[in-house]
Parts: sequence; structure tokens; C-alpha cells
Amino acid sequence: MPRKSPEVNAGSMADIAFLLLIFFLVTTTIETDSGINRKLPPMEDQIDPPIIKEKNIFTVVVNKYSQILVEEDLTDIKDLRGLAMDFLDNGGGIGEEACDYCQGERSPRSSDNPEKAIISLKNDRETPYKAYIAVQNELVAAYNELRNREFLKLYPSEGLTYFEADFIYNDPRTTGDQKEDLREKLSVVKKLYPQKLSEAEPSKVN
Amino acid sequence: MAKFNKKKSGELPAISTASLPDIVFMLLFFFMVATVMRDNTLMVQNTLPAADQIQKLDKKDRVIYIYAGKPSSRYLDTYGSEARIQLNDKFGTIDEVGAFVLAERAAKREELQNVLTTALKVDSDTKMGIISDIKQELRKVNALKINYTTRIGDYTQNFN
Repeated sequence: MPRKSPEVNAGSMADIAFLLLIFFLVTTTIETDSGINRKLPPMEDQIDPPIIKEKNIFTVVVNKYSQILVEEDLTDIKDLRGLAMDFLDNGGGIGEEACDYCQGERSPRSSDNPEKAIISLKNDRETPYKAYIAVQNELVAAYNELRNREFLKLYPSEGLTYFEADFIYNDPRTTGDQKEDLREKLSVVKKLYPQKLSEAEPSKVN
Repeated sequence: MAKFNKKKSGELPAISTASLPDIVFMLLFFFMVATVMRDNTLMVQNTLPAADQIQKLDKKDRVIYIYAGKPSSRYLDTYGSEARIQLNDKFGTIDEVGAFVLAERAAKREELQNVLTTALKVDSDTKMGIISDIKQELRKVNALKINYTTRIGDYTQNFN
């Protein structure tokens, strides 16, 4: 029997690969980079603050015990989204201020239209961050739900909600054509329910 | 009988390990792709709060990170348990936030300088006071786009 030519020993290949593998295992942090985007108001102080009707402001206060006060009533966080949606979608305005797509109660005591409706969020310096985020989350959710509804109504052919469409739009892998198309549709819906979330500077006392 | 004994004769063939490198390489590539390298070691506790109405953060080179929270157990003796801000690799004070953001912004490429987001990675047990201070500082240096970095989850997780 003739001798076989010796094979190249690939045994150490596994060792090398393991070494690299362990390095990457150790350095890996699975991406957690997502969150709630916000825009801060610019610093210039307004000399003449516009007069806003009381009924167009929806005040939410988070105090240092993580309690939520909506329009000065103690509220459970679970009800916050619904209350905010009722307020935004009320459409109580008449004449020029009427809102033809709103599906709310049209109560004269709540907001005129989504364009005018402002949610004012206030917190103490002692408020825990996690409670604040939960409230932010629910308020954004209220806007998103209304936008979802309008998006589905206006563009049923897309088969997407506003939230999903926005996600696709922001995905860096989305290409030019689709992006342009989505941007237009998203901005139309955004205009119907503009996110007017004002944050007061925290109260210094207590 | 010889027919049956035949198999037992000779040594057992060794299990081939030739495909082991392939398997390991497959795992390796997965982790290489999924890896996000940490630029700076965390010196604060950083359990992010949960939220589900989230948007993906922009590409990494367009983000400035600010961490805040209680110093992690290693630093508790030296720095106490009061919540602190971490800028890059060291603890910073409120007054340094503005300068830090400006320095970071200047270090980025010119075309990115106007689209930067400041990601606030804040521990869920931190009090809002320090965060409000950071936000005021950011407003002063006109870094208005911020992102409260959260983990994905239901908001009710934040209340226990």
C-alpha cells in the first residue's frame, strides 16, 4: 500500500476560531439603542407668550411619589392614554376651528382641535426617571394611536400603521423611492395630529 | 461468524472534527455582526427604564452619549451614592455638560454637526432633577435633539 501524502492539520483552526469567538462574546453588547425622541425648546425666551385657552391645555403632573395628576385629579397610569386621546380627539371647535376628522365627543369644555391642543407635562425634581418615562411613553402612545388610525384611513393600500411606517422610514436600509413616498404620507398624518407636548421646568419647591 | 466479527476488528474510527471550525466560524460571524463595541466603561448603574413607543436611534456616529445614575458598586466608596453624570470616561458635573457636548460636536465631521442627537442613558431610579439640569444645559448649547434611551418593554414594568 503506498503511503498517503500527509494532510494539512486543520486541528488548530478550531482553536483560533474559538479565540476570536470568545473575544467577540465578551465585547458584545446586544444593541439597546432605541428610545423616545424629543425635541427641546430653544433657549430664547419669548417676550410675549401667546394666550392659550385653558380648555386647550391638558395638564399632566408627575409628583415625587410617582403619582399622576391629570387636570388636578389623581389618575392611574393605565387611564392616561385614553384620557389624552379623548382630549386630543375632542374637536370641540366651531366654524374655522372645526375638526372634520376628529371622532371625539365634541365637548365645548375640551380642546378645539388637535392643532390647538397642547399637553403640558410637569414634574418635580424628586420624580423618579422611570415614572417620567412611563408617562412620556403613554402620551406618545396617545399621539401614535390617533396617527395610526388616520394613517390606516388615508392610506389603506399601504397595509401599515403610522408607527410601522415611521419605523420603516427611519430604518437606514430603506431606499430612496420608498423613503420619499413614506415621508410625504407621514407628514400629512403628522400634520393632522401635531405633537404638541410642552414640558414645564420642574418646580423647585418640595 | 467471521462475517459478524469483522466490524469489531481494528480500531474505532475517530469522529471527524473537520466541521468544528465551520461551526465555530458561523458563531463567530454572528457575534461579529451583532457586536456593538463599547467606547467607554460604565461607571454608573445603568438599568434603563422600559418603554414601547420607541424609535430607533440614528447611526452611531451621529449620537453623543450622556450617562447618568448612581455610581456603580466599585465607585460607591469614593463617590458616594448620589446620582452622577458620566461624560466619556469620567464623572462630570452639570457645568461640564455644555462644554462636553460642544467638544464632541466639534470632533464630528462637518456635515454631521447639525444632525446630532444627544442620547440620555439614565438609570431608571434617578431623580428627575439631574435630568432637568442636563436638559437646561443642552438647551444652552443648542443641542435640542435628544433621545431618552430605553429598553423595549411594557411601561408597567417601571412601577415595581
